[in-house]
Amino acid sequence: MSRQSVAKAHEKIQELAWEPLYHKPVSQYGTDYTFQKAQKKDPLKQVLRSYFPMQEEKDHRVYGASDGAIRGNMFRQVQERWLEWQKLFLSIIPLPEISAARAMPLLFNTVPNPELHNGQAIQMIDEVRHSTIQQNLKRLYMNNYIDPAGFNSSLRNFQNDYCGTIGRQFAEGFITGDAITAASIYLTIVAETAFTNTLFVAMPAEAAANGDYLLPTVFHSVQSDESRHISNGYATLLMALADEGNHQLLERDLRYAWWNNHRVVDAAIGTFIEYGTKDRRKDRESYAEMWRRWIYDDYYRSYLVPLEKYGLVIPHDLIEESWNQIWNKGYVHEVAQFFATGWLANYWRIDAMTDKDFEWFEYKYPGWYDKYGAWWENYSRLATPNGHNPIALEDVDYVYPARCWVCMVPCLVREDMVMAEVDGQMRTYCHEACRWTDTVAFRPTFQGRETPNMGQLIGKREWETLYHGWNWADVVSDMGYVRDDGKTLVAQPHLDLDPKKMWTLDHLRRCPPLGSPNVVLNEMSPDEQKAYHADYIRQGPAGRPAPATA
Amino acid sequence: MTTATERSAPKPEFTDAEAGAKVFPDSTARRYNYYTPQKRKQTHYEDVTVEVQPDPRHYLSQGWLYGFSDGIGGYPLEWTALKAWGSDRPVPERFPGSGGKGYDWPAHGWHEFRDPNEEWELTLYRYNANVVRQINQNVETARQSKAFEQWNPNWVTFVERNVGAWMHVEHGLGLYLFANANRRAPTNMHNNAISVNSMHRIRFAQDLALYNLTLSEEIDSFDGAAHIETWNSDPAWQGVRRVAEQLTGIDDWAEAIFAANIVFEPLVGELFRSHLVQQASPGNGDFVTPTVVGAGEYDYSERDLRYTKAMFQLLTSDKEFADHNVGLLNQWLSTWTERALAAARELQPLWSQPDAKPPRFEDGLDRAKSRFSGILSELNLQDPKELTK
Repeated sequence: MSRQSVAKAHEKIQELAWEPLYHKPVSQYGTDYTFQKAQKKDPLKQVLRSYFPMQEEKDHRVYGASDGAIRGNMFRQVQERWLEWQKLFLSIIPLPEISAARAMPLLFNTVPNPELHNGQAIQMIDEVRHSTIQQNLKRLYMNNYIDPAGFNSSLRNFQNDYCGTIGRQFAEGFITGDAITAASIYLTIVAETAFTNTLFVAMPAEAAANGDYLLPTVFHSVQSDESRHISNGYATLLMALADEGNHQLLERDLRYAWWNNHRVVDAAIGTFIEYGTKDRRKDRESYAEMWRRWIYDDYYRSYLVPLEKYGLVIPHDLIEESWNQIWNKGYVHEVAQFFATGWLANYWRIDAMTDKDFEWFEYKYPGWYDKYGAWWENYSRLATPNGHNPIALEDVDYVYPARCWVCMVPCLVREDMVMAEVDGQMRTYCHEACRWTDTVAFRPTFQGRETPNMGQLIGKREWETLYHGWNWADVVSDMGYVRDDGKTLVAQPHLDLDPKKMWTLDHLRRCPPLGSPNVVLNEMSPDEQKAYHADYIRQGPAGRPAPATA
Repeated sequence: MTTATERSAPKPEFTDAEAGAKVFPDSTARRYNYYTPQKRKQTHYEDVTVEVQPDPRHYLSQGWLYGFSDGIGGYPLEWTALKAWGSDRPVPERFPGSGGKGYDWPAHGWHEFRDPNEEWELTLYRYNANVVRQINQNVETARQSKAFEQWNPNWVTFVERNVGAWMHVEHGLGLYLFANANRRAPTNMHNNAISVNSMHRIRFAQDLALYNLTLSEEIDSFDGAAHIETWNSDPAWQGVRRVAEQLTGIDDWAEAIFAANIVFEPLVGELFRSHLVQQASPGNGDFVTPTVVGAGEYDYSERDLRYTKAMFQLLTSDKEFADHNVGLLNQWLSTWTERALAAARELQPLWSQPDAKPPRFEDGLDRAKSRFSGILSELNLQDPKELTK
């Protein structure tokens, strides 16, 4: 492309930066971090003269594959079980991508190193690429897949559905609060460096196994940009480490960011990979095996641990606990079961598990059938309307869970649930680490130190609160999850598109009303709340009621 | 003899999951149904852009989840003093049993903006890749044909100092005004257009820097560092620098875009690029610089100005707040026109530096002012009195 070497060209563009002589740029974002000591070089050495043609070439490949998929009738081989979950995933992911673009300016004033700003600007436009290329993929699915419902309503549904709200943390965490906590530690150091591996590498592989080669085409193209963003984060992290006063904040932020990413990303991607696939070859990796490889070995052991010698306090305990949750406490299985329990409040269809699935789960996760098998058999039994209610409202040994105030995934590993009264409200948390995030980390002081720039958790964080006391038919209508005949639900607990087998608003009208666990909890006396907690932590696994006491 | 074991691979399966395979409710509902298109049909650009950035005033039922230390989250409308219809309505209250519905889409007028360039990833990479390819080819051809040997010595000095100094304007505004503003506007359509504008600026800055590098390699007497000294201390450039720095200091995102693209660019940017560099180059033996500078000129005049006009036309003709907006824009016009004109006049000594003279400074400035007036009339704004001072 150019006769000048990249190194020489990159050196030249450093001459563009200038220190203000007359007026300072506006300062709109704050941080409690300081950057007194270290200067760091731009690790990207990316010049736009080569960047734009490179990206254009990557686009050619993506759009060429898209044409090929349509001409080659890819959708005759796509597994509906898989593509239905993409209605959720592709409604969520364009917002985190664009939020990463919006996050970059948070670093301009707070990381005083103009050389890094070049890389951050390129990351900004990369993220615009990702967001719109993913919206385009979803559009292609909507136009060519058998059931467009849920794709066609995607961004409205993403904004008012509880699953979308869980996923939204993966975006809003990038753009608010302490600038370094948000745009550097949460976004680049943890979300991009650790969890894009499962998002953009492991999941596309599963898509291909389910007949969809467009998801890998798009997301591998996206992932090829992520390596640059990881370099941005690494350079900023090394700068932060040079100031000892930052170490305490780094420890706080790594704990928060790690745990929140684990709770949110593992819940979603774990479910897609384990419960959205039809590929039950015994030698294909389970999500747990992928996690161990991509996150534990590649991120934790190869990336994080070597930073310990620079003074980074690594949350070893939380990383081990995340593994414990996935491997011993069935975190992904509990989440998938909950999503399926609440199918009627979703905007995609969830296929039942079959004997073939059971066999695979038992092989990969010994003991799975004893915990979850009976419930999934009930799910199949109750899949098509036949005078009964949706499974959430039938007696199948499942207690509807309380929701975690922080990560907003319900408190599914029941024994870990903790409660705290905060700002006059009794809140439930899925784990002590989430309680710590609310009551300790997201506060204006931390361990006696002033942290005036730390963000706040805001919003109506329990979805059920909004619909407390509502009839389910009204809930679904209010959210807009109804097909064009005005009565058939977008969501279904099966894949049969025969209208006679599909649930409608009429079926929901006769169900008991929706109750908010948090509203109910706050109506209890202190003693009743204590008893509620004591009972809750004796529930499970698989949402079973607490055993009767002697 | 060895026996081959069967490879483990997922088996293709005929699922018949393609569009049209069955008829059922929604089986033909193949368009995004959560927004109203600007024209009769939804465009590809709208489909990949509209509504990605949520809004608690319509669909975002649980509100923003994370806030700054003051508890403000998301993209507050108050980050600009301009208003679009509906802006003053409060965010719908949500409480136990409230339901999740907000106002009907779009809830307020900010969501009506569409980028007339319809920029998304496919268009922005195609456009910018074409630009850098063409610039590379132009410069390379000039190098091979020894075109730089035709430059007269004064022109070499002019380019190394003045064309070089302009790269700093592009870079500073690209990063600290435009990229910065991509976090601030209330819709995805605004912020994407602004981020594309930012990349035009940063790319043009780099185009100029790398052109400068080539000239250092090709012309013995070319001082590749002269642009830094010029930008830092040449009195003719300090007015431009002062305004550029002031522009990056604006807190209100809409004021920043308005001041840069509606005021500064026609009165200073185009004055320098179109009415000086482009006009003076041919007479001084230089047919290369206009092709590099022309690319940046096209970015602004044909694309960035286009979306900016569409953005502010909506606000000056807003059904609820047109008067409020026009009043505010007039204040901004007054402030920034005065500053921009002062900077423009400080550039005047540059017109006498080339051996072959361009058209007179005053003629160029008149044309720049006339162009500026034309832009204002398209926005239903009056010329500020500062324009005739």
